[in-house]
Amino acid sequence: MSVDSATVRRVAKLARIAVNDEDVTAMEAELNVILGFVEQLSEVDVTGVEPMTSVIPMAMKKREDQVTDGEKAEDVVANAPASEDHFFMVPKVVE
Amino acid sequence: MTIVDTRTPDPKTFISGATGDWEVIIGLEVHAQVTSEAKLFSGASTGFGAEPNSHVSLVDAAMPGMLPVINEECVKQAVRTGLGLKAEIHKRSVFDRKNYFYPDLPQGYQISQFKDPIVGEGTVIVSVGPDSKGEFQDIEVGIERLHLEQDAGKSMHDQHPTMSFVDLNRSGVALMEIVSKPDMRSADEAKAYVTKLRTILRYLGTCDGNMDEGSMRADVNVSVRRPGGAFGTRCEIKNVNSIRFVGQAIDSEARRQIAIIEDGGVIDQETRLFDPVKGETRAMRSKEDAHDYRYFPDPDLLPLEFDQAYIDALIKELPELPDDKKARLIKDAGLSAYDASILVSEKAIADYFEKVAAGRDAKQAANWVINDLLGALNKAGRDISETPISAEQLGAILDLIREGTISGKIAKDLFEIVWTEGGDPKAIVEDRGMKQVTDTGAIEKAVDEVIAANPDKVEQAKAKPSMAGWFVGQVMKATGGKANPQAVNALVKEKLGVE
Repeated sequence: MSVDSATVRRVAKLARIAVNDEDVTAMEAELNVILGFVEQLSEVDVTGVEPMTSVIPMAMKKREDQVTDGEKAEDVVANAPASEDHFFMVPKVVE
Repeated sequence: MTIVDTRTPDPKTFISGATGDWEVIIGLEVHAQVTSEAKLFSGASTGFGAEPNSHVSLVDAAMPGMLPVINEECVKQAVRTGLGLKAEIHKRSVFDRKNYFYPDLPQGYQISQFKDPIVGEGTVIVSVGPDSKGEFQDIEVGIERLHLEQDAGKSMHDQHPTMSFVDLNRSGVALMEIVSKPDMRSADEAKAYVTKLRTILRYLGTCDGNMDEGSMRADVNVSVRRPGGAFGTRCEIKNVNSIRFVGQAIDSEARRQIAIIEDGGVIDQETRLFDPVKGETRAMRSKEDAHDYRYFPDPDLLPLEFDQAYIDALIKELPELPDDKKARLIKDAGLSAYDASILVSEKAIADYFEKVAAGRDAKQAANWVINDLLGALNKAGRDISETPISAEQLGAILDLIREGTISGKIAKDLFEIVWTEGGDPKAIVEDRGMKQVTDTGAIEKAVDEVIAANPDKVEQAKAKPSMAGWFVGQVMKATGGKANPQAVNALVKEKLGVE
């Protein structure tokens, strides 16, 4: 599997990362090296092997249905570049 | 996914275009907010209408290093809902990340379930109607899947000239996305399906179904085709937030598609929005970037696993569902299918009816609830939750009829009084002298008076015994409707000497 420059641009766009033409050329080469390296894994026969989801077999921890958090709007917006009345303010987005 | 057409084309549902008939194909994705105290992966409250960002934990705000821990109640609610939809429950399901950027999605991804949802295929029986002949038609709508996912926050665009305001109170609230198969063929069917789904969720107590608070929203998939032909290209209408709008969106979208095809055009598969003011759908702007969500399993969460015993315990606790309740009312209480359908259509109505019917005549209770109570509520434009007459009060009125204290006619007047003024029906009857007159002496006197005053009618009645009814009416009038009608009838016939 390899990527071309169009794919690099698309992936960058989906990830909201700005890339210039030079970056694209460099990243295309870099990504292809990484993909080539990972590609070696496909030599292993994994027929009938379940994908591993956890290193040690354990059940997912669950929480009781109780309100234990919240009521900290001040903290929530503390790092926001802009806020008003505990709302986050962002450049206008209208669909 | 291969689409199986489960329906036989029915001309009743066809839409006629300029070049012939068209059939509309509808599938729905309903987002139902799970009833729970806390959010799906955090301990913040799910309460509606709180101060901005006050029901937000640092997990919901996606602060670095925060980890999700699943709320077990939300899992139970999803399984219960699956059971209510007669669906396959998956003992192992997986949470995935659905990646996209939007200001009200602080994580940059929504935790959802993609490949392995918690609930698989199921079925909902939907009663569509009544049609112009007052008949209902039962259709079966297949459920494709139900999965758990996080809700996003809310953006407000009208508070500031250049900025949008974001409130994350909804962010992380548990939703069930319930995906139907494309089994519906008209706006009425789709509306009936959403209504039935909401009824089931309310019976189960897994979602409050309040569409105006956003607890239930529907994405509507619509395509058109020649009756019985190949499926057409579908458009998805996002976030329709009332049952009425679901119907309007389908009708306008179907007409739009038919017009395009009949003009020789083709339908673009796209996402659209319904504008309730204009009553039409329009394309969303962000079309160029066809969504590529790059789903992958969320590494912060293990697979969700439980055993059959867990499911069995939930089955045992399930309440009676509308279809079962309807069958019971028909079989045990002897109600007609029509009456039973109306009574079970909303959990609140069913609960009300069962309170009135407890220890009383079920058919009589059904008549009063449907004709008098629901009729009056409908006329007043009110919901059953806003009824001015409680089940206890209506029950007391029925008791007074059964005891013979009041006649059925007086009961209607009593109903009116309780409706407008409230109060204890029994006390009202006492205080206002509404008791039925069973004293034969008093009735006899009234009968004698009517006979004495109308000698010509007496002659007529002798020739024509059905005239007796006129005398009964006059006596009832003279006694203010309080005389026992059976007693009057018997006395009139006796005095007139007719059979």
